[in-house]
Amino acid sequence: MNGLVDGLQWLIDPVNWSGIDGVPARVWEHVQLSVTSLVIATLIALPLGLWVGHARRGQFWTVQLGNVGRSVPSLAVLSIAFLLALKLLPGDYAQLAFGFLPTIVALTLLGIPVILINTYVGIQQVDQDTVEAAKGMGMDGRQILWRLEVPMATPLVMTGLRLAAVQIVATASLAALIGGGGLGRFIVDGFALRETDKVVAGSILIAAMSLLTDLAFTLLTKSAAPRLTSDGSRVQPSPPAVEGHPADFVPGT
Amino acid sequence: MIGLVTAVTGFLAQGDTEPLIRWIWITDHTDEIVSRGLQHVYLTVVSVVIGFMIAFPAAVYASRHRWSISPITSISGVLYTIPGFAFIFLLLPITGLSLTTVAIPLVAYSLLILFRNTLAGLDSVETDVKEAALGMGLSRRQLLWRVEVPLAMPVIIAGLRIATVSAIALITIASLIGRGGFGQFILEGLNTFFWTPLLVGVVLSVALAFASDILLLALQRLVTPWSKSSGVRAVAT
Amino acid sequence: MTAMISLEDVEKRYAGAATPAVGDLSLDIEEGETVALVGPSGCGKTTTLKMINRLIEPTGGRIVLDGTNVLEQDPVQLRRGIGYVIQHTGLLPHRTIRQNIATVPNLVGWDDARTATRIDELLEIFDLDRELLDRYPAELSGGQRQRVGVARALAADPPVMLMDEPFAAVDPIVRARLQDQFLEITARLGKTIVFVTHDVDEAIKLSDRMAILNVGGVLEQFAPPETVLREPANDFVRDFVGAERGLKRLALIKVGDVGVEDGPIVAPSASADEARRAIDAGGFGWVSLVDDGELLGWIDAESLEGRATAGEAAPRPFSAYVTASDSLRQALDSIVTSRTAVAVVVTEGQRYRGVLSLERLSKEIVS
Repeated sequence: MNGLVDGLQWLIDPVNWSGIDGVPARVWEHVQLSVTSLVIATLIALPLGLWVGHARRGQFWTVQLGNVGRSVPSLAVLSIAFLLALKLLPGDYAQLAFGFLPTIVALTLLGIPVILINTYVGIQQVDQDTVEAAKGMGMDGRQILWRLEVPMATPLVMTGLRLAAVQIVATASLAALIGGGGLGRFIVDGFALRETDKVVAGSILIAAMSLLTDLAFTLLTKSAAPRLTSDGSRVQPSPPAVEGHPADFVPGT
Repeated sequence: MIGLVTAVTGFLAQGDTEPLIRWIWITDHTDEIVSRGLQHVYLTVVSVVIGFMIAFPAAVYASRHRWSISPITSISGVLYTIPGFAFIFLLLPITGLSLTTVAIPLVAYSLLILFRNTLAGLDSVETDVKEAALGMGLSRRQLLWRVEVPLAMPVIIAGLRIATVSAIALITIASLIGRGGFGQFILEGLNTFFWTPLLVGVVLSVALAFASDILLLALQRLVTPWSKSSGVRAVAT
Repeated sequence: MTAMISLEDVEKRYAGAATPAVGDLSLDIEEGETVALVGPSGCGKTTTLKMINRLIEPTGGRIVLDGTNVLEQDPVQLRRGIGYVIQHTGLLPHRTIRQNIATVPNLVGWDDARTATRIDELLEIFDLDRELLDRYPAELSGGQRQRVGVARALAADPPVMLMDEPFAAVDPIVRARLQDQFLEITARLGKTIVFVTHDVDEAIKLSDRMAILNVGGVLEQFAPPETVLREPANDFVRDFVGAERGLKRLALIKVGDVGVEDGPIVAPSASADEARRAIDAGGFGWVSLVDDGELLGWIDAESLEGRATAGEAAPRPFSAYVTASDSLRQALDSIVTSRTAVAVVVTEGQRYRGVLSLERLSKEIVS
């Protein structure tokens, strides 16, 4: 237990809150990595998910992607991105391989499946009778998508974004392994130098950041999708985790 | 698919003296591959089994005492959200470099999945069926073991599949403290800029995940012969 | 007759509810009879049924089953001795039909041979195909599932069977067939049966006595269907059985139960004049030609034209025949469809019994 106390002491020591290796600087790096990756992943997966769900094409591959996404270790994705970057970047830019660039690529790749699947399932699960009724009222495909399917899919899409965000924030810690910044630095450096208090402090910061991300998205979901269920009591149902169902669970880091 | 792999490997090996896969490395490391594999399997089995031993009674309790669902879900949700990477290092000063340090985060991670699916499985049993069973004179215990659990099996096993596959991927992180199973090869490849161990680690880890998934699916088919014909809950593959 | 099931001032009060779901209900159910609990939703009929096997615990009163207070028995043991059938049958989806039927025999510890023999008997009684035994419930039709549900309830040969809306989940044609089979089987097995239904016609058709319950488990009338239809105890019962209760009652009364009128008859040996007089006297415009008790048909004045005796006139067949075992409802149908004012009543071998007039039928309706 002493280790935990040491970690907390490290955290309240003002020395550790300044400079390029201070907590604020590392938090800022972590946020940059996470936000950039989440935005790119969303820009790719959201439109694709809308299309798959609306046009009902490529569902099989979407589900398969989800399965594969779950079984490929985050560490593997990051490592491959790193070695590829080393190999592909021309000599002058080789230092870009250390940290930011491969991390962004890896995090984006890891964020895509869950957003894609949840968007697709969210759109696809809209009651076909309701779609039929909308057609009957003269809505065209675009109107059905934006006025009916997207609003109905919002809770699940938000769940997908939340899970992707938490996973990205967690995996961003691994950037330190390939020379990048972020909160993982405290763990990797502390472990190398046998500074347990630093390791523990880093772990606490990463855990706190993940939980805060989860909380933030949960609150956001509640405000973005109020009362879509008939009783209004819950924002979204929690379906059991079954393949081909919306992702409730993603690989951890 | 194979064509794609060949093309990619060909591209990667281009103009490089180092081949993507050095087969000699694999033959030189057979023993280590086996021992790392056993470690990977051992950690997976232990953590999923322990996780299930905690989550199952919790779900049975929650199915009868609905008020407990929300607190149990919240607690296991927090445990689920704490990244395994951080969790392992948080435990480091307490449990050291032992397998326990890896198993605890894995168990914590699996609880939410196993709890939610077990509960959903038990809840999916129709009230009619339960009422008729009680009406025929099954005791509460008989109802649980003879009716509810067998009928919940497809959903419970779906949860076990997800927990297992996720655990197998997650274990690789523990390579940082030397307990990462096949993940050890991934880390080695990363640290030495050497493709062979990296790819061996990735391929074996993913293969183990798929094999476990198929095994559990087969188990589900075996224990739920009735669902084949009725499509009670056909789990897509 | 002894009461098989006695409800004595039974009450079910849910915590926080202003009025009891069932209040002070007393009901004696005789051995071997089929009793329907019927009433609008909220009348507590299902609650009452489930209190008998203690799926719902009464909050007051006593329920005596075959001489023992059920509240003093272990509920699990109690239920093993009572057959129980519910609307959607509640067959265990993960057990084969054989295993489903064997549920209670296994619980009470029958050996395999005894269970197998019993299953054979049940297959025969319920007209179920042996091939079904190794299938799962999902592979059966709704009607088959329902029969298996009842067979399963009777597997350990309980003296009492409780049924909760047993035929509500199947389509009307299958339901009618299952009801007919139910009547046959109950007549044969002599079980004491209590069933719940919201369908007053089903209660009329299947029960020996029907208990009509009002909201809050208030017993409005407990009597044979025929009595309920003829003499509804109050406005509630009158409204509940519906405006067509007169017509419904006709279905319960046999032609043989009401007095038939003699009707105009004439023997073939009678002279044409005698026949004409009989036609005039009868007031129908025709007369039945009966030869030593055997009905030959009818003749009218026109067919007697130029004939010396009634027998020479060609008799025409009646289109409205009924027998003594037909219901008054069938007699009415016959009369209306043949557009005559009466139905001719015969017994086996065209033996003439008399006629049943629309006038006589309407007396049964308006009461």
